[in-house]
Amino acid sequence: MPFALLKFGINKNFPFERHADLQAPKALGSSYDVVIIGGGGHGVAAAYYLAKYHGITNVAVLEKGYLGGGNTGRNTAVIRSNYLTPEGVHFYTESVKLFTQLANEFDFNIMYSQRGQLTLAYTDAAVRAFRQRVEVNKHFGGHTELIGPTEIAELIPCLNMHPGQLSVQAGLWHKDGATARHDAVAWGYAKGATQRGVELHQLTEATDFIIKNGKVSGVITNRGTVHCGCVVQAVAGFSSLLAAKAGFRMPIVSYPLQAMVTLPVKPFLGPMVSSPAHHCYVQQTGRGEIVIGGGSDPYPLYSTRSTLDLKESLLASTLEIFPFMANFRLMRQWAGITDMTPDYSPVMGLSPVENYYLDAGWGTWGFKATPICGKTMAQLVASGGKVPELIAPFSMDRFEVFRQVNEMGATAASH
Amino acid sequence: MKMMNCPLNGPRNISEFVFGGEVRKQPDPDHCSDIEWADYVFYSDNRLGIVTEWWLHAPSGYWFIAERHTATGEIQRTYDPSEIFNERIEFSTVNKEVLA
Ligand SMILES: Cc1cc2nc3c(=O)[nH]c(=O)nc-3n(C[C@H](O)[C@H](O)[C@H](O)COP(=O)(O)OP(=O)(O)OC[C@H]3O[C@@H](n4cnc5c(N)ncnc54)[C@H](O)[C@@H]3O)c2cc1C
Repeated sequence: MPFALLKFGINKNFPFERHADLQAPKALGSSYDVVIIGGGGHGVAAAYYLAKYHGITNVAVLEKGYLGGGNTGRNTAVIRSNYLTPEGVHFYTESVKLFTQLANEFDFNIMYSQRGQLTLAYTDAAVRAFRQRVEVNKHFGGHTELIGPTEIAELIPCLNMHPGQLSVQAGLWHKDGATARHDAVAWGYAKGATQRGVELHQLTEATDFIIKNGKVSGVITNRGTVHCGCVVQAVAGFSSLLAAKAGFRMPIVSYPLQAMVTLPVKPFLGPMVSSPAHHCYVQQTGRGEIVIGGGSDPYPLYSTRSTLDLKESLLASTLEIFPFMANFRLMRQWAGITDMTPDYSPVMGLSPVENYYLDAGWGTWGFKATPICGKTMAQLVASGGKVPELIAPFSMDRFEVFRQVNEMGATAASH
Repeated sequence: MKMMNCPLNGPRNISEFVFGGEVRKQPDPDHCSDIEWADYVFYSDNRLGIVTEWWLHAPSGYWFIAERHTATGEIQRTYDPSEIFNERIEFSTVNKEVLA
């Protein structure tokens, strides 16, 4: 054993970081400047940036279950910015930039791995849409290009170039595409926020609100009433239920989204591969497992049950593009409740209730937005409701003026 | 596979059906505000509990109504729309004049 190691063993101060990543829970206070409902990545990210950039630390994050136990801990962690609309691409590009620096910022390894994402086109129409996405992406500083079958076969030698009657015509090669450990992102933000004085209260459910003259002043929870200056709602699949307590409706329908992983195998797949025509995407984790995901379930439900139908159809599609995976063994499967909007873009900003801010409508695509969403929500809160330009296009009232931000084609089955 | 009882064809696999959204009252398109219309088109109750929804049996092209629990997924009842819609609905008086 090297002596250098022994030195740590006898050193009284080792381990140097003696405090736990998260502080022990405190009693729930009776009042906070900001109450954030939902302890997923989005909620704790907003708390972190409020504390770090705006010096606002009298903040409570209320989580009905455990930190990151919602969609944050269930997603397939695709991080990318190759969307379609200028509004969307601009927003997600900023998020990808923040992601690249997160591990350093947290001093906590989020296992960020930039391996690139390849989306496959089998038809002329798909190739045309890809060309448009390439140009919009380049405009906002992303690294995305259109590549042909020869380059695709070189990039992913094991890909079936002719599944069924289809032939791969081109690929949208997004070099910025990346993945990260999703729980670590939630933990990094929670650690940074709580070390700065934010309180994270797990097993604490918001059940109702105190609203007078259209203005929120308190949150009722299973552990008592909490008065507050303002509320941030970041509860993903449960957005409509919480909004109903605050007295308004949302342009959201909650659908389960299922995913699965195989037993680990030797590394063979560098880039993440997505085939919208097959409604599936596939990637290999750092541990060697193959993660397989697709689109949401065909009907709304507030249950994270899994179905055999979806496994069958998703695996059938996967085997079309990677036939040799037929003898892999599935290891785990799960689901999350996704808050789907009509235009596949989020709902961020003001709500019909004063001092009540919305971070919702993240559907199947919100993990990648965690950093920029937290940062802009913190700006919104700290400024007392001045909507940052970056998120202005995602305001809920865009539907009332028929100004949707249509990302359906760039989202479905790609996340 | 999960089964659903089609009021026209009897019990069938759930994969034969298409979800068609909450049953709700359509505002009069000629007299409602943009906000009311947007609310009808884009917003939802998205409730947890028993909900009343439109469903389509795709192979036979038959639309019907289902009452379903959105936590358990249990389908309580399916029935022909005539149970609710038992008189003719005039969507618009204006359009009729234009057409005439
Ligand atoms: C299977 C799957 C795959 C996905 N793949 C991707 C992907 O590859 N890339 C991507 O970018 N996105 C993906 N997503 C979407 C992404 O996971 C979510 O959009 C994102 O994690 C949302 O984060 P959040 O913090 O807003 O929500 P969540 O992490 O769901 O956090 C919300 C929290 O609010 C809590 N809560 C709810 N109601 C209350 C209440 N009344 N009081 C207190 N707490 C409450 C919940 O317990 C939950 O922990 C995927 C989702 C799923 C399910």
